[in-house]
Amino acid sequence: MNGLEDLYREIVLDHYKTPRNRGELETPPAVRVEGLNPLCGDEVVIYAIVDGDSLTDIKIGGQGCSISQSSASMMSAAVKGKKLSEIAELTHAFKGMLNVGDHGHDNDEDVEPHEHPEVNMGELEALKGVMKFPSRIKCATLSWNTLSQAIDEAAEARRA
Amino acid sequence: MTDTTTDTLDVAAIKADFPLLQHRLERGHPIVFLDSAASSQKPRQVIDAMSEYYERHHANVHRGAYQLAEEATDAQEGARTKLARFINAASTSEVVFTRNATESINLVAQSWGRANLGPGDAVVLSHLEHHSNIVPWQMLAAEKGFEIRWIGLTDDGQLDLTNLEQLLDGASLLAISAASNVLGTLTPVARLAAIAHDAGAKVLVDACQYVPHHRCDVQALGADWIAFSAHKMCGPTGIGALWGREAILDAMPPFLGGGSMILNVTLDGFTTAALPHKFEAGTPAIAEAVGFGAAVDYLDALGMDNILAHEQALTAYAFRRLTERYGEDLRILGSTEPGRRCGLASFVYKEVHPHDLSQVLDERGVCVRAGHHCAKPLMRQLGVSAAARASWYLYNDRSDIDALVDAIGAADALFDW
Repeated sequence: MNGLEDLYREIVLDHYKTPRNRGELETPPAVRVEGLNPLCGDEVVIYAIVDGDSLTDIKIGGQGCSISQSSASMMSAAVKGKKLSEIAELTHAFKGMLNVGDHGHDNDEDVEPHEHPEVNMGELEALKGVMKFPSRIKCATLSWNTLSQAIDEAAEARRA
Repeated sequence: MTDTTTDTLDVAAIKADFPLLQHRLERGHPIVFLDSAASSQKPRQVIDAMSEYYERHHANVHRGAYQLAEEATDAQEGARTKLARFINAASTSEVVFTRNATESINLVAQSWGRANLGPGDAVVLSHLEHHSNIVPWQMLAAEKGFEIRWIGLTDDGQLDLTNLEQLLDGASLLAISAASNVLGTLTPVARLAAIAHDAGAKVLVDACQYVPHHRCDVQALGADWIAFSAHKMCGPTGIGALWGREAILDAMPPFLGGGSMILNVTLDGFTTAALPHKFEAGTPAIAEAVGFGAAVDYLDALGMDNILAHEQALTAYAFRRLTERYGEDLRILGSTEPGRRCGLASFVYKEVHPHDLSQVLDERGVCVRAGHHCAKPLMRQLGVSAAARASWYLYNDRSDIDALVDAIGAADALFDW
């Protein structure tokens, strides 16, 4: 299964089997945002606490295919405790790796893949193979779009 | 249902009629197409009929007085005549071309429903319904304030009819699918129509998964409207049909306004054309109508009873093979009796997500649908968020089922832990 090995890398399957940061957080102080992939029914629920300019805690709920759930787990590990500006960079770099733009949450526009050598993608690189499977790209980006929405909502909640 | 041979059809000859099935995928696999419940493939006869129409006969219909315009009109109306005979409509006036079954249902909702439903009325649907027979009613209910009532399901995926009379009490419409695209359940349409009529309700049947596989006699079914799509029955995309009883269609206000659907237009208003054109505003999908007619010819030549027998034999074979090979590891949704179903099986294998399973199957050229199948309320009730669905048609044979059965186990290498 040469093609599938690019999609289902060992790290990806490991995050699917043993998802990190799984659970819930009390709202408030956390915000809770649900992301849905209407095509296949994948669902990612994000609980996020933003304190100052950092994402201090994150928990993940929901259910779906291995790519949507492992991507959410890998994302949670990559962003927890990070500054919001670093998360924005990482989000942009992750979507660039998968050949999607970051305009809007659900309607990713196709753009040229953009490399971000300055951003250390760490384990997230393992999801690069998803690019070869266009129908699965939305599975991989679902959690990142949902996180962006959660961060926006946390900012709004603070302003209110 | 016994596991008989599937020789009611010469499948090798049929497969040869479908150019796409001769094609090989990028990785060199032959195509094992098991997603006909979503959309069927098209035989050469349909593709050729549409090409010939464009190469020899195209002009706009019902407008010009020149030879080509007449040929185009004849081509379209000829297709309507074939379709009317195929479903045993009392007259061609009862066969309205639409874009697809979804548009057919929306036509009834927006025309008949808008004129006849209001506060205090009720529409009865079932938990089996596809979104296309749920959302048009929810949209209209939000505006008109009528109630939507639901027929539930029994544990083996049949309609739970124990409180049917209560549900129909005071209802204006029963809108129900003849065959479920998820569970394969065949509903007792004729009986339901009789009961609904006794209760004073009209009856709309979503026959999308029924007409492609069964001999359909709309007069015997006893419904008031029947909706189906060409693309699930070897015809092209972009065209479907609404059959309705002439008196009922006649009394309905028009749906879309524009050319073709009028008798006369003045600055003060318009009068509508006679049936079926009253519901066909604008230039229709003419080549698609021709293709639809060719699809009907193709199915007719094979014989709908033969097609059904072939599919039922394949269903029995698929159930036996899947159960023998995977036992408890594979859960088929709906009735376990192949004789009570149409030719499809939605299933969940171990803990493997259907989206991942279909990816593994795709690696071996096996095409199945994965997801919620446009029936989220039903999936929620079944306690699954998604399922894989394999569906078979006249061009499938045992080797396709064998390829499916063999490929499922390949998921173990990645997901069995």
